[in-house]
Amino acid sequence: MQQEFERIPSGCAISGIMSTKGRRMNGEAIIRSIALMHERSNGLGGGFAAYGIYPDFKDHYAFHMIYHSEQSKMDAEAFLEENFIIDRSEPIPTRVTPGITDPPILWRYFLQIKPKRLIVFGRVDSPRAFVVNAVMTINNSIPGAFVASSGQNMGAFKGVGFPEDIGRFYRLDEYEAYIWTSHGRFPTNTPGWWGGAHPFCLLDWSVVHNGEISSYGINKRYLEMFGYCCELQTDTEVVAYLFDLLHRQQKVPLRLVCQALAPPFWKDIDMMDEAQRQMYTAIRQVYGPGMLNGPFSFVVASSRYMIGLNDRIKLRPMTCAVKDDLVFMASEESAIREISPDLDRVWTAKAGEPIIAELEEGAAV
Amino acid sequence: MMQIDARGMYYRDLNKMIKEAAWAGETEFILDNVNGQRYIGTGVDRKVNITINGVPGNDLAAFANGPVITVNANAQDAIGNTMNDGLVVVHGLAGDVLGYAMRGGRIYIKDDVGYRVGIHMKEYRRQVPVIIAGGRAGDFFGEYMAGGIMMLLGLNRKPGQPLAGDYLGTGMHGGVIYLRGEVAAYRLGKEVAVFALDDGDEKTLQKYLGEFCDCFGLDYNQVREEKFCKLVPVSHRPYGRLYAG
Repeated sequence: MQQEFERIPSGCAISGIMSTKGRRMNGEAIIRSIALMHERSNGLGGGFAAYGIYPDFKDHYAFHMIYHSEQSKMDAEAFLEENFIIDRSEPIPTRVTPGITDPPILWRYFLQIKPKRLIVFGRVDSPRAFVVNAVMTINNSIPGAFVASSGQNMGAFKGVGFPEDIGRFYRLDEYEAYIWTSHGRFPTNTPGWWGGAHPFCLLDWSVVHNGEISSYGINKRYLEMFGYCCELQTDTEVVAYLFDLLHRQQKVPLRLVCQALAPPFWKDIDMMDEAQRQMYTAIRQVYGPGMLNGPFSFVVASSRYMIGLNDRIKLRPMTCAVKDDLVFMASEESAIREISPDLDRVWTAKAGEPIIAELEEGAAV
Repeated sequence: MMQIDARGMYYRDLNKMIKEAAWAGETEFILDNVNGQRYIGTGVDRKVNITINGVPGNDLAAFANGPVITVNANAQDAIGNTMNDGLVVVHGLAGDVLGYAMRGGRIYIKDDVGYRVGIHMKEYRRQVPVIIAGGRAGDFFGEYMAGGIMMLLGLNRKPGQPLAGDYLGTGMHGGVIYLRGEVAAYRLGKEVAVFALDDGDEKTLQKYLGEFCDCFGLDYNQVREEKFCKLVPVSHRPYGRLYAG
């Protein structure tokens, strides 16, 4: 990327809504929710992840791309054509919006993997591993080309600006999703640029995050051992890759993934019964380099889940609520009340304790 | 009386309206449809009554110097940040860093409170801040507390649930924390010890806990049926020799 961004030392806002019945909602509500927390952002980044938005292409990998130039686009398209059948290629629809200036080229592709490309040394590779490799290759080796999202029936919409402006710019009122997550950025240690806005996505994982990952260096080196390249100049990227590595690849249950990232303190492990003590000791030993240090609250989503997690000493806020089939997670209660004034239950998240909302069995999405 | 429909109002406009009216002599405010507006009551330096219907934003009553604020909903983070005088009553729960560096006035929360409640609270002569939470608290209750009075009641506590989180009174070097019920010793900070109440404590409880009970329609004697204890620091300068030895 170009090194022309100023460092602006200056919280963040996050908000997520999920219908556990898979009921799809228009993007207007999530825009209103994140907009209520305007003061938490500074206009240097906003973004949304939406699940269930491409029912006509739900088995295709939807690649949302950010290009810095026509040359980047041509290079990336040559790579995509070599590896995928491109069933549709189109600009991501946007509208002229005050406050959003100088957008890069924003393009999306609906892709199927060319079956012969999956055969590596006579063995059939996993399609998801293939997509992960493709994303890493583009981000790492095609200058000025970045994958904003690469999942099925989902997409990320992000950029530089206040989140409500980014939402209107991307015409999110025209999409329907059963999970929406959103982010308003106040970049602290890393530049505000289009690829560095949240959410960070890989396959159907998306992460929006308030805080900073002080352990970024060790997490990044750990992930590199498994072929993940961290190229987006933002600490949050590692969270998406850690979920992919631990849950998709290594089949660690989601609750334990969260507890590997924000593990119990040794003093608490010492007080557990024998079986628990052994399990958490093993988690801390095996996944030490994956542990996240520093202040954070984040919302991770996938096609079946929305997960909220706070750091172990609660240095960032998160409020959760339930109303009928809707689950809400946000930095402030008012951001939830703004779109659902009456709630069945409201509570504040505890340090290090994951909150996991799951799609009901049989929900048609 | 001034009644304001705060729906969709920007916090600066709302707070300016309140401040200007208070300076002009208005003493009763009712704010309807509040949702997320920050700094309500900040810089209001006289005894006015502000009733908030809805969830106020962060830093409610920050630097407040006199107003009586009643919230008929939950409240968010950093209530009473560096508050100097006044009363905040929340008919619901409250978030993290409640009463941060508070130096006077009272904050009464009906239900649970979050993490780091009363951090850096202090007192000077007759300026003694008071925080009472009717529910349970997160970790770091009274962290680095240098003065003032805190009470944690756990009225909604179910059997087996802890009253407070870990690191209770860590770094505390002044003031007093009253607990209704007991806490496990491992949750206490190294700088505090548990004591029984004396006559002076009884007077303090009657005065402030009595007022708290009046605010929420609770029976003082019933609340007192459970045994109380107090936490006080064992050293007023726990780090005094840190760089001297």
